[in-house]
Order: sequence, then structure tokens, then C-alpha cells
Amino acid sequence: MLAVDNLTVAYGESEVIHNLSFEVKPNEIVAIMGRNGMGKTTLMKSLMGIVPTREGHVQVGEASIDGMESYQRVSNGLAYVPQGRMIFPSMTVKENIETGLTSTGDKTVPGDIYELFPVLLEMKDRRGGNLSGGQQQQLAIARALATKPKVLLLDEPTEGIQPSIIKEMARTLCRIRDEKGLSIVVSEQVLSFALDMADRVLVIEKGSFVHESPREGIDEKKVAGFLSV
Amino acid sequence: MIGDYTIGEFTSILAMQGFAGLILFSVFVLMALGLAIIFGQMGVINMAHGEFMILGAYVTYFCSQFFSAYLPGLFSIYFFIAMALAFCASFGLGILVEWGMIRFLYKRPLDTLLATWGLSLILQQFYRSVFGAREVGVTLPEWMLGAVNLTDIIEIPINGLFVMGLTIIITVAVYLIMFRSGWGKQVRAVMQNRVMAGAVGINTKMVDRITFGLGCGIAGIAGSAFTMIGSTGPTAGQLYIVDTFLVVVFGGAASLLGTIASAFTISQAQSTMEFFMSGSMAKVLTLLTVVGILMLRPQGLFTLNIRR
Ligand SMILES: Nc1ncnc2c1ncn2[C@@H]1O[C@H](COP(=O)(O)OP(=O)(O)OP(=O)(O)O)[C@@H](O)[C@H]1O
Ligand SMILES: [Mg+2]
Repeated sequence: MLAVDNLTVAYGESEVIHNLSFEVKPNEIVAIMGRNGMGKTTLMKSLMGIVPTREGHVQVGEASIDGMESYQRVSNGLAYVPQGRMIFPSMTVKENIETGLTSTGDKTVPGDIYELFPVLLEMKDRRGGNLSGGQQQQLAIARALATKPKVLLLDEPTEGIQPSIIKEMARTLCRIRDEKGLSIVVSEQVLSFALDMADRVLVIEKGSFVHESPREGIDEKKVAGFLSV
Repeated sequence: MIGDYTIGEFTSILAMQGFAGLILFSVFVLMALGLAIIFGQMGVINMAHGEFMILGAYVTYFCSQFFSAYLPGLFSIYFFIAMALAFCASFGLGILVEWGMIRFLYKRPLDTLLATWGLSLILQQFYRSVFGAREVGVTLPEWMLGAVNLTDIIEIPINGLFVMGLTIIITVAVYLIMFRSGWGKQVRAVMQNRVMAGAVGINTKMVDRITFGLGCGIAGIAGSAFTMIGSTGPTAGQLYIVDTFLVVVFGGAASLLGTIASAFTISQAQSTMEFFMSGSMAKVLTLLTVVGILMLRPQGLFTLNIRR
């Protein structure tokens, strides 16, 4: 569903992502694990067309999205939940979700989104900026789902969220995958969360993958070793 | 007794000058709306905003000439057509300017300031070369010239009421577009977080272009209204740009209500004081008051209450 081939990304002179290649199958959840500053956010941003790509190709389904602007990538099936959530603070919860409808042309928010996140229905007229961190995270996911994506990119969704809610989020993401049949790429530092939901784990270190393993039979100690400083 | 006037006469003067200030108020509101939309959306301070207004004024003037020469039967309604054309002309020029200049400068606020200032000079010279340096004035259809007599002394000019009504309609329309329409949602999303707006599927460049055009188009309508209180010349727009900045800053740049309240305060203060002292003295006093209030409330009159 998502095919990344030889992706290289740089900020000016400093190259941050070096010749990365990976694929994500339909219905698959892939976790990209790595410590601070290893290039997870940069990878996500370049996939979304926020940071320019220096080299390489990206395909969503059959379509090549090389050189496209963010909004065109969204129409081609990518959706993005950024690190720090980045909801629109002075718009209501409902309006925040509706911004995701731009690319689909739908007029109303699909009901199943509120089914996944009932708290958002309760708070639909509150300003997004006045929600708690965990609620904002749900809002950011709901907004991304409103674009009816094929591939959902989540950048450190667990950052700043308490352990009990992290478990719940893993369940929700698995449910989304099962109900909507989409592919999910999630960047993470919390190993337990990744093991709760991912089908496959990739470890990124200084912009290159250094380890790859399906969840079954994963060497937890080894991965944990990569994540500790 | 106040000065040489009785209390009764004094209130009547206040009321009359207040109504006389309606057109000025309308011009301020429309100009400030356009300026605030453009600034809020893309952080561009459009120094050429006054010239977009004057374009609307010229269009109105040519419309009045055209109708009186070729379609005298329809002269009584020409003003509506002139306003629509004024909007279209300024909207079109706005789109062109965004496409040809502004879009290359978005990440450089200082450069846009300089560039739009340069643009205002270019436009002034263009008007001078094409329309002539002479100031022109429009003839209003007869029905707009009269006044309604409230009491013996208090008269309300009909054109003032007309422009005022129109301004209310436009303001409400802008409000509905910004806060109730799907397109307005896109505009607000871009205003709050441009990068993220793109990443949820909004074509931010398109939104920018149309927003810039819309802001300029509203200035064009302001130009139509302006023809009733001033004569149109190549540099007439410059006089208004400073006042408009004042209105926007005083109102708190993010608030529609603030813009209206501040346009009202400033136009009324000026129009009332002009009766008692010279125009420039009135301006100085207004300026001092606004500066004083801004020192106490640097965020402007109105602000939004949200966590950022
Ligand atoms: N705008 C930028 N300009 C220059 N260098 C940058 C920029 N953004 C990130 N970097 C550098 O790129 C590298 C990767 O950063 P990135 O944000 O992708 O890391 P990350 O894996 O997401 O880290 P974290 O877990 O802290 O979010 C870092 O060394 C960082 O300093
Ligand atoms: Mg990051």
C-alpha cells in the first residue's frame, strides 16, 4: 500500500534520512522505533511533503506521489497525525474534524468517527485548544480519518499520555485498521505500545534502519537496547 | 451651555455629525475588513490597500459617466452595478498581484511590506498616466442625494444610510463566509496552522490567492462608498491607509467585532470633532487617544479567549 524506495532527506547540507526503503502492506501496522533525534519526524514530514525530499520515490497504492504538495498527497490517500497533535486551536472540535473533509468533498463527518471517539461528539462545540492532551490526540486522529485515507501516519501518538490511555489507544488503532482496512505507520519510543499493536517493528538509528522484525518472535531485549541511551 | 451652544443644540450637532460620519465609518469598516483578512490569512501587510480602494472609486466614476452618457434611463440604479464592478476589478487585480508578486514573498514579511509599498507607488503612477492627475467626482442619482429629517435640526443623509446598510450586508456576508461556510473553514485552518492545513488536504496556495483577492475586492467596494465623501485622484488612497491601520490595530487584529467597534469609535470621534476644530487637529486628538488606549490594552479592544 505504501512503498518507500531509497528515500533521502536533508535540511540544507545536513542529511538526516539516508536511502531508506520499506513497504507497508494493506491492513498492516508498522512501528518505526527510535530514540530522540533519530529522524522519525523528518521521515513522516517528508512523506507528507512538508519537508522536501532529496532523492527517492514514494508510492501510495499504484500512484507515485513524488514532488506533490501536501494536499495532493492527502487526496492520494495519505493522512497524518503529527507529533504534538497540531489541532486548530480556535476552531471547534466539529470544525477541526470537518477540515479533513476538504479532499473528499463530503459535507458531514462520517458517523463512525464519532463511534470510535464518543468523547469528541460530547465536546463537538468546544474549541479544540481547550481540550486535554489526550482528547486532542483523539481529535487529531479523527481529523486524519475524515480524509478517508489508505495509509495513516502517526508520529509519536503516545507522547505525553498516561499508560492506561496508551493501552486504550493501541486498541482503538487496531480497531480502526480492522474496520477500515487501512495501513498504519506509527513512530514510537514506547516499546510496549508498539508490541501491543504493530505487526512489524523497524528500528531507525541516525536516519537508517538497523533492525527489522515481525512481532512474533521479536527479540525484545535487542530492540530495547536500541531504544535505551 | 457648552461653548456658544445650548444642551439641545449640542446633542443635535453630535447626532448630525454622527450620521454624517456614517460613510466614513463604512469606508473604514470595509477597508479594515479587507486588510485584516489579508493580514490574518498570510501575514502580509498590504501597503497598497488604499490603491485597491481607489481602483474601485475610479470604476464607480467611470460607471457614473457611462450611465449618464449612454444609459440615462438606468442612471438611478448605476451605483449598484458600479459597486459590483468595483469589487470585480479590485478582486481581479488582487488575484493578479498575488500570483505575480506576493506568493514569492510569503516567508519574508519585511519584503512584502516593501513590495506592496512599491506596488502602491506603481499603481498611483499608473492611475496618473491613464486616468489623469485631475481629481474627479461622481454624480449621485437623485434619490441618494436627499436627507431624512428626524427633527428640525437633525438630518440624516440618505446616501449615508444606503452605504451603511450595504456595509452591514457585506460585513454579515463576510462573517457568514468566514464562520459558516466550508471555504471559511479552510481559510481559518490556514490562518491557524498553514503546514497542518496542507496536511489535512487543503490547497493552501489556492486559499491564499482567493483570500487576497477577496480582501482587495472589499477594498474596491470601500472605494465605491468613498466617492461619496471625497474626490477620486491618483493619491487619494494614501490618506486612508494610515487610518485603516489604526482601525485594525485598535480593534485587535483577530476580531471582526473589534474591527467594527474600532472603526465606529474612530470615525465618529473624527467626524464629531471636525465640527468643533480643524480636521488635522481632530486627527491628532484621535491618534493620541488611540495611542493612549493601546498603551493600556496593547492587544487591542477585543481578543479571543483560548489556550494556545
Ligand atoms: N528544521 C530542521 N533543520 C535542521 N535540522 C533539523 C530540523 N528538524 C530536525 N532536524 C534534525 O534532524 C534530526 C532528526 O530530527 P527528528 O525531529 O526527525 O527526530 P525524531 O526522531 O522525530 O526525534 P523525537 O523523538 O525527539 O521527536 C535531528 O538531528 C534534528 O536535529
Ligand atoms: Mg519526532
